[in-house]
Amino acid sequence: MNDVLIRLENITKSYGAGMEPAVNNLDLEVQRGEVLVLVGPSGCGKSTTLRLINRLIEPTSGKIVIDGEDVTTVNPSQLRRKIGYVIQQVGLFPHRTIAENISTVPVLLGWDKKKIAARVDELLELVSMDPDTYRDRYPKELSGGQAQRVGVARALAADPDVLLMDEPFGAIDPITRDRLQNEFLRLQQDVKKTIVFVTHDIDEAIKMGNRIAILREGSQIAQLDTPEAILAHPADEFVESFLGSGAILKGLTLKKVSDTELHQVPILRQPVMREDALKALQDSPDQVGLLLDSNDKPLRWIDEKAINRTSQPIERSGRPVTVDLQPEDTLQDAITVMLQSSAGMACVTDRRGKYLGCTTIESLAKLIMSDN
Amino acid sequence: MSIATTPSTQRTPLAERLDLIVSPIFAIGLAILGWAVWFYSDVDETTLSILRPEKIQTQLVETILLGLASSVLVIVIAVPVGILVTRKGFPRLKSFLVNTLGVGQSLPVYGLIVIYFSWLGAGAFTVLIALATYSLLPVLRNTIVGLEQVDESVIDAARGMGLTSRQILTRIELPLAVVVILAGIRTAIVINVGFAALAFLIGGGGLGVTINSGLVNNRDSAILIGAVMVAVLALVFDFLSALAQKYMKPKGL
Repeated sequence: MNDVLIRLENITKSYGAGMEPAVNNLDLEVQRGEVLVLVGPSGCGKSTTLRLINRLIEPTSGKIVIDGEDVTTVNPSQLRRKIGYVIQQVGLFPHRTIAENISTVPVLLGWDKKKIAARVDELLELVSMDPDTYRDRYPKELSGGQAQRVGVARALAADPDVLLMDEPFGAIDPITRDRLQNEFLRLQQDVKKTIVFVTHDIDEAIKMGNRIAILREGSQIAQLDTPEAILAHPADEFVESFLGSGAILKGLTLKKVSDTELHQVPILRQPVMREDALKALQDSPDQVGLLLDSNDKPLRWIDEKAINRTSQPIERSGRPVTVDLQPEDTLQDAITVMLQSSAGMACVTDRRGKYLGCTTIESLAKLIMSDN
Repeated sequence: MSIATTPSTQRTPLAERLDLIVSPIFAIGLAILGWAVWFYSDVDETTLSILRPEKIQTQLVETILLGLASSVLVIVIAVPVGILVTRKGFPRLKSFLVNTLGVGQSLPVYGLIVIYFSWLGAGAFTVLIALATYSLLPVLRNTIVGLEQVDESVIDAARGMGLTSRQILTRIELPLAVVVILAGIRTAIVINVGFAALAFLIGGGGLGVTINSGLVNNRDSAILIGAVMVAVLALVFDFLSALAQKYMKPKGL
């Protein structure tokens, strides 16, 4: 995959003589279908760089080529309609419904109504929002996470090749952010857009990027490589200090739960017979079994102590399973959940909540060891 | 007469409902007062002649026309100017305009009418210009405030999606500013309808004539009834503007 879609050539943006240019002589290539993350400290010019690509900011000098065409001379509005744009504050139009917001660019492009309506529904499905519920709502009725989903749907509306994202998940609470990041990665597997993604959060960069450009002052590239390579071989002290400590732990965000071998614990189903349960636990090397409901959804961790506590039915003893992992979650998520779990392991379920297996510290350690 | 400048976007539904109730209540109360005066005071020949229906009718029409015409003039001037100075490249012009018109408004309407009288002569037209000058500021200021309070990120997103500047203005900025702009227009209409009563000073007609005749002939009931009619008229227009505000406010805000 060595097909360059976006090329910045000698781009400089300065805001007047005597001031350091915000972007200084930058050369950057973005390949088709990749997520290139621009990351760096605040004020390093990463947002400016992003906004140069769709010419929200005009370069002082240099050339921007998208898909072989020099776009520094085309009509900027026409250009932007072909490039998706997502910003941290989302910027949904408060006086327009969700459907109207999403159809902004298709309307500008003059699509017919039927096609637009179908596209809106398709996009809402794509970002996991029920079209019938949300189509006619207004932005103020949405939570921050939902608003950004609509923001992403709106950016994808006219099926642009390129998506520019300026700290899209920066203003969202950590739990929702994590879920949105995972959803976004899954979505990207389907849509395969060429994405330039700006963030100041190195962990997000490692998680989201196929390649990462670490930028310093003046949008100078300190290192541009895959997350694995950057974590393993930081180019210089600046990159090292920017990565911070715990590069191995950060590497955990690069691996998925599905990369590990799932461990099977004894399974109990309702109604649980005390003797059967006891036997199942004793036959297995594990100290603990898992109670599933009729849909195979994990309910509770059951250990011997819970079984022996005869004061209440087994269905109500043991500790409840509070958080499930899904195969596409990262190993970092897995560690967090495991540390919180009373059983020292974490349930993995599919998207419908159906039990698949468990991750254990051993299986994690095995995967990490196998790398080094 | 107070001048509403606070953007009303943060009003609670209760405040909005009160908005539609308060002026009718006052109008009805005043109207009852007017009738009471009519019924319980000695109405002599002079008073009757001052309050002759056909006279009142003409004055009413004159007042309304004067108030509305000056308001239309203000809207036609202030809204486009407000839009213009909020575009990029006019920050100085904007503060200059707001400041100078602030001075214009600190003069009493009475003074403005006299100033224009010495320049344009007597007649309704002079009053119209004076009223327009006086009520220009609330509309201009609210247009500017209304456009400037539109969330920067909404405009950024719109630009990033490829809307042209004109499309951003007509499809995003103006709809989002319309509530605040209408609040300014409402203030202007109330000012203009109310102060149109001063038109009689320089021969501009209107309900002020009735009040003035009452004063000259020493007929208190005529003065009161004239004043009540001016006030009720202003309140009715306040109510109509509140209705317009309610129904022109975009959904979703």
